[in-house]
Amino acid sequence: MLNERLHKLTRKHYENCEPYRRMMDARGLDINNLPVYEKLPFLPVRLFKEFELRSCQKEEVVKTLTSSGTTGQQVSRIYLDRATSSSQQKCLTKIVSYFLGTKRVPMLILDSSAVIKNRNMFSARGAGILGFSMFGSKRQYALDENMELDIEGMKMFLEEHKGETIFMFGFTFMVWQHFYKKLLERGYKPELSKGVLIHGGGWKKLVTEKVSPEEYKKCLNDVCGILPENVHDYYGMVEQTGCVYMECKCGHLHTSAFSDVLIRRHKDFSLADIGEKGLVEVVSVLPESYPGHILLTEDEGIIFGEDDCPCGLKGKYFKIEGRIKNAEIRGCSDTYAAKF
Amino acid sequence: MRKFADVVILMQPSSNYTMLFPKTIDWEQFISYRPDVPFSDEVIDFLNALSGAILKDRQSRMFPDAITFAFFCRKANVLKFKKQYTDETLRLGRGILFHIAPSNVPINFGYTLVAGLMAGNANIVRVSSKQFAQVDLIIKHIYALLETGEYNEVAIRIALVRYDRMSDANAYFSSICNVRVIWGGDATISTIRKNDIPARSFDVCFADRYSIAAINSKAVMGASEADMKELAENFYNDTYLFDQNACSAPHTVFWMNDPELEAAKEKFWNAVYELADKRYQLQPVMSVDKLTAFYRQAACMDVKAEQMPDNVVVRTEVKEVPKNIEDFRCACGYFSEHTINNLDEISPLVNIKYQTLGYFGFDKSVLETFVRTNRFQGLDRIVPIGETTAFALTWDGYNLIDTFTRIPSVL
Repeated sequence: MLNERLHKLTRKHYENCEPYRRMMDARGLDINNLPVYEKLPFLPVRLFKEFELRSCQKEEVVKTLTSSGTTGQQVSRIYLDRATSSSQQKCLTKIVSYFLGTKRVPMLILDSSAVIKNRNMFSARGAGILGFSMFGSKRQYALDENMELDIEGMKMFLEEHKGETIFMFGFTFMVWQHFYKKLLERGYKPELSKGVLIHGGGWKKLVTEKVSPEEYKKCLNDVCGILPENVHDYYGMVEQTGCVYMECKCGHLHTSAFSDVLIRRHKDFSLADIGEKGLVEVVSVLPESYPGHILLTEDEGIIFGEDDCPCGLKGKYFKIEGRIKNAEIRGCSDTYAAKF
Repeated sequence: MRKFADVVILMQPSSNYTMLFPKTIDWEQFISYRPDVPFSDEVIDFLNALSGAILKDRQSRMFPDAITFAFFCRKANVLKFKKQYTDETLRLGRGILFHIAPSNVPINFGYTLVAGLMAGNANIVRVSSKQFAQVDLIIKHIYALLETGEYNEVAIRIALVRYDRMSDANAYFSSICNVRVIWGGDATISTIRKNDIPARSFDVCFADRYSIAAINSKAVMGASEADMKELAENFYNDTYLFDQNACSAPHTVFWMNDPELEAAKEKFWNAVYELADKRYQLQPVMSVDKLTAFYRQAACMDVKAEQMPDNVVVRTEVKEVPKNIEDFRCACGYFSEHTINNLDEISPLVNIKYQTLGYFGFDKSVLETFVRTNRFQGLDRIVPIGETTAFALTWDGYNLIDTFTRIPSVL
């Protein structure tokens, strides 16, 4: 079924996105005789920073997502038409409801309200918050515009929703830096024993601070009572919004019915074995308006198994090891090395 | 008479640098150096001693580039240069040379220093802020030799410094130099140029360049197994040895058409692959870079991926080479290929950015005619494959001995 859908998408993008067609032709892909999806060409995500890759008419674009990207870097541009945007939402709902239930619940956003003030340009952070906001019946920001704890606001909000499940959302490092650390500092202990936290954005900065996922969960439990099994990391990217990979209670990320993850060896791009580290390829059935259904990320990861995670969730379960290292290369050109 | 324009207000020496040689320095004394004639006996003797010391050091065996450098400095070789680069004309060095060596080619600092010494100058060399074992090795020997006191006439001509990009040392060294020699990319050059040099001084810049190769299919088909091994080794040294990121490393390979063209390509690339697969450390990011480069190229021009076993060697066949082909380069073993029926077909592409053409299977006379008839703005070096990285006193179209000396006329 995944094959059929991915073939359909490949053909659609081939017909509607000229750069994609040129790329596939150069690769020698026989569009009338597509192989299984594991053998379909994967586009490096960086291409979305360099080219306008779009498979719909300009007029049909309802949203343009951009990646956060550090200063000075180019950002990815992802063009969404109505259909793709809506299926992204549906997909996210489906995946998240497993962890949150199908009913909307009060939502505590562990970020500042300033992030989404400018709605015209969707930053990855703003888009994430907005995307997940649909699961909240009522919303409260934990941080004020200056990234300081809004203790009064939280107190009132939690008082009002005593005993209810509280959906908490934020970015992994922000949660640590501006929620956990500040709570510790201020000595305020919000009652969030019925909280469910979904966080994403990567561990890079926390690895530097030597915080493990287990410690992260335990520390949060200490300051607000949230149960470690209700803290869920997710892996996702702006190039495949909606198709997130959620962390189960065993600490593994899972593929969903809408997605797949393949690990490739960098030497020849062959598929790695279970347990073997390699480059992460992400597959999603959602992208209709841009050719982002099969992508090679710049992350490394390991697949642990398929359909047999002790948590009971089906699908492949895996771990992200982090971004690939920039090479220290020789030679006199400026291309890579930052000099002077 | 001293003209106003010649009066330079010296910047204060900054303390933001480390002296590698000598340990401490009196800059005022260093600047008072009087230029010498090129290829003086003192310099030749010193270089020969340096060569011997490096060759005798067992540690050097690990660094083929250090060995090559040592051979370059041998007396016989230097005397050959002397014959080639000087005549009866009275010449003197220009005075103080300030060299900014590139950060990623370890031995280059040595070559630029030696060229400056041969021309009769005193030299301030900014050595790469990155640590390289072969750089340390050469500096160790320079140190040991000059410490003996036997080469005092040469010792006063060398100042090796190291500093990072945040340092303001560039300003001072620029203010005291007669020639500033900048190795490195365009970005480096424009940064360094923000510092003034005295009015009569000038820059010699080695900017970002683009290099290509031309291979005669017939010659490849005629090559013996041993010849092919050597050719592959040479090509590897021209490219992979410096991550295909030296400005002399070919990125586009032009193949002279032949009925056996395809067989020749296969023969050549198999040999290169075999070697690169064994020696080259392919990192994950390089594979991703090459794949990205391939799709980037595919989006912009008609290309076809050529079958190779893996990502160690990545090749694309370009049907029609666009004028901006140099924008599509990728380091670490990524090659565009194009078939030609005549060398002159390369000509419309060549612009001022083109540096080296590495060749295999062409007569020197044919190549000379190729340059004469096409009157290129670029292509400064046309050398056999295997010699593209070999340092020569004529580099990037500059005769360095000429450039680093002046001719006092006595009538």
